[in-house]
Amino acid sequence: MSAGLVILIVLLIAFVGFFLGRTRAYKSAGGDIRKLHSRPNYYGLTVAIYAAVPALLFTILWLLLQPLYIESQVSKMIDAVDIPDGGSLDLVMTDVRRISDGLDVAVNAGTMTEDQIATMRADLSDLRARLGEVGIAVASDVQQNVLDAAREYRKLSTKLQIAMSVIVIGLSLAGAFISMMRIQPDYRARNTSEHAIKALLILSSFVAILTTLGIISSLLFETVHFFQLYRASDFFFNLTWNPQFRGGSDLGILPLLWGTLYVSFVALIFAVPIGLLAAIYLSEYASKNVRSFAKPAIEVLAGIPTIVYGLFALITVGPLLRDYFAQPLGMGNSSSSVLTAGIVLGVMLIPFVSSLSDDVINAVPQAMRDGSYGLGATKSETIKQVILPAALPGVVGAVLLAASRAIGETMIVVMGAGAAAKLSLNPFEAMTTITVKIVSQLTGDTEFASPETLVAFALGLSLFVVTLGLNILALYIVRKYREQYE
Amino acid sequence: MYDAPNLEKTVDQKEFKITADNVQVFYGDTHAIKDVSVQIEDNTVTAFIGPSGCGKSTFLRCLNRMNDTIDICRVEGNILLDGENIYDKKVDPVQLRAKVGMVFQKPNPFPKSIYDNIAYGPRIHGLTRNKADLDIIVEKSLRRGAIWDEVKDRLDQPGTGLSGGQQQRLCIARAIATEPEVLLMDEPCSALDPIATAQVEELIDELRQDYSVVIVTHSMQQAARVSQKTAFFHLGNLVEYGETSQIFTNPIDPRTESYITGRIG
Repeated sequence: MSAGLVILIVLLIAFVGFFLGRTRAYKSAGGDIRKLHSRPNYYGLTVAIYAAVPALLFTILWLLLQPLYIESQVSKMIDAVDIPDGGSLDLVMTDVRRISDGLDVAVNAGTMTEDQIATMRADLSDLRARLGEVGIAVASDVQQNVLDAAREYRKLSTKLQIAMSVIVIGLSLAGAFISMMRIQPDYRARNTSEHAIKALLILSSFVAILTTLGIISSLLFETVHFFQLYRASDFFFNLTWNPQFRGGSDLGILPLLWGTLYVSFVALIFAVPIGLLAAIYLSEYASKNVRSFAKPAIEVLAGIPTIVYGLFALITVGPLLRDYFAQPLGMGNSSSSVLTAGIVLGVMLIPFVSSLSDDVINAVPQAMRDGSYGLGATKSETIKQVILPAALPGVVGAVLLAASRAIGETMIVVMGAGAAAKLSLNPFEAMTTITVKIVSQLTGDTEFASPETLVAFALGLSLFVVTLGLNILALYIVRKYREQYE
Repeated sequence: MYDAPNLEKTVDQKEFKITADNVQVFYGDTHAIKDVSVQIEDNTVTAFIGPSGCGKSTFLRCLNRMNDTIDICRVEGNILLDGENIYDKKVDPVQLRAKVGMVFQKPNPFPKSIYDNIAYGPRIHGLTRNKADLDIIVEKSLRRGAIWDEVKDRLDQPGTGLSGGQQQRLCIARAIATEPEVLLMDEPCSALDPIATAQVEELIDELRQDYSVVIVTHSMQQAARVSQKTAFFHLGNLVEYGETSQIFTNPIDPRTESYITGRIG
């Protein structure tokens, strides 16, 4: 019986248990629901939880431990002489597993019988060819020891599989039975089932946190690996970025960090004023009709895929800036430039700034506006001196969120800013960013062993630290002003 | 007033601070105020009473054109402040509101320091030339608002940190700081406890020395305590207007009597 089927059976038991529990609760109160501590559904839910949760947890645990146990038992059968030169026990064990699986497939396909397998000898039957027939490729000719191990492996896993099915289903039935027995009118079923639901909620939030921790730790691990191959001081302070796949590369982060910050800065210079002014117009001046049309229209901008923005940068904004600004001013003749990427990135960020700011401005109570108008302030004085200060924490949050987006953006920058790592102040020159270089260091058939590829993880971690810092700053600012304004 | 006025009319207008003449207010299709005419005197507390939804707050908001901020609201008729029609095209509602201050139902201090709350009006109207002048105005307003002693040591703290009663007195002081001629109060005590209410009522009585005060209230006891004149509104009509003592002891209209004795409203 496979694990999937067992889980299905457990769920079925829980499902049936729900209805049985509900009925039993109903009966235990003599048909009068008001005599029950909780509503009948909660009693049913308790039975279902008792039937499913311990059994499923046990299944997970079993499935994690079973392979470890089998490996340790079977690997004892492999002698050191069976391990070929240059190979390892792991490789032999992989073969054992493949043969074992292959035998299963062969039996299911009808090309072998259990008796044949039991009496089979490696030197007489051409196991490799016969497994090949059913689509299982084995690396080398099969040794007798390995075959024995595979047979043992098969036997053990079948045995354990059956044991698991019996135990799990038994556990599920026992859970259902015990909780059924506990049902009586004053059993606190709602509290029990709500505790279980709360545990589920806690678990869900932990998944998100643990994923973040997992991402950080994987980055951290590879970064440490990178710094063992490449000096940290060179990475942080070297002014050139020049990876050579022969080795001897210059892998300084500074030109990339500069490009990232420069492009993001240009983007924010465009996005923040435009977005904020749009938000002020929409929330304070626009009539209902204009607002109901303009707000979704601006938010459409946020839905455009960044690669489309990249195309816009590549074929429209870039050449435009080159022909009408860069060349006449004698500041360069590249269509990829910091300004191209920055402007297009800025356009992409406008809806972030405007939509969030608009919400925040709308959240300022009407009483504030009335108070200001009542003192003879004009609309613009009211906006500048009352509404914007009150909305400031939210606006700052919006801007910093936009900044995080700008720093992490890749596609627009690849197509708009070019790929040359440079330290320059000229906004019409092509530059590149951390994200672009992470992509270019990792694309292609590379293994994660050289500093040239591992540097991507160090770059990723640096990027993460920068955006994390920005988010913490945003939280700090929002919290500081919130204390003052509420 | 712009047409050749006769002498008698001019005298009349001098006596009354605000003269409303056949005022109609519409919210979209709803006729909220019907044909209200009333004369409000200077140095007097005038109370508007009436059941909920009778239009007393709406009418109050006409007096400083706060209804202009509501898109669907339309006002007809004349309201004269010192003989000048405030709905005339040449009157800027912004300037008008500096002359006719307003205090709202819920205390609404700005999310600024106590000092900046008071200084807000004088700053935007350019009433002071330097910081010293402003300091004087702030102190004077807070003293007039009967809250100076409580806040003088923490002028730089946010106004939102005060208690409800203190916040409302702060808002009154803020309205006074722009040196208005009329002070409109829209149920200023409805969010306050009895002690804070007593403080605010005492303050209103003092303010009568310098201003014409118009107060909307749900509490008839409050109207009887603080006002000299009372207007009773019902279903958008001004039912009766007269001396407070007369309205409460000897009302002419049977509707007024019903309301005061608690039969309607």
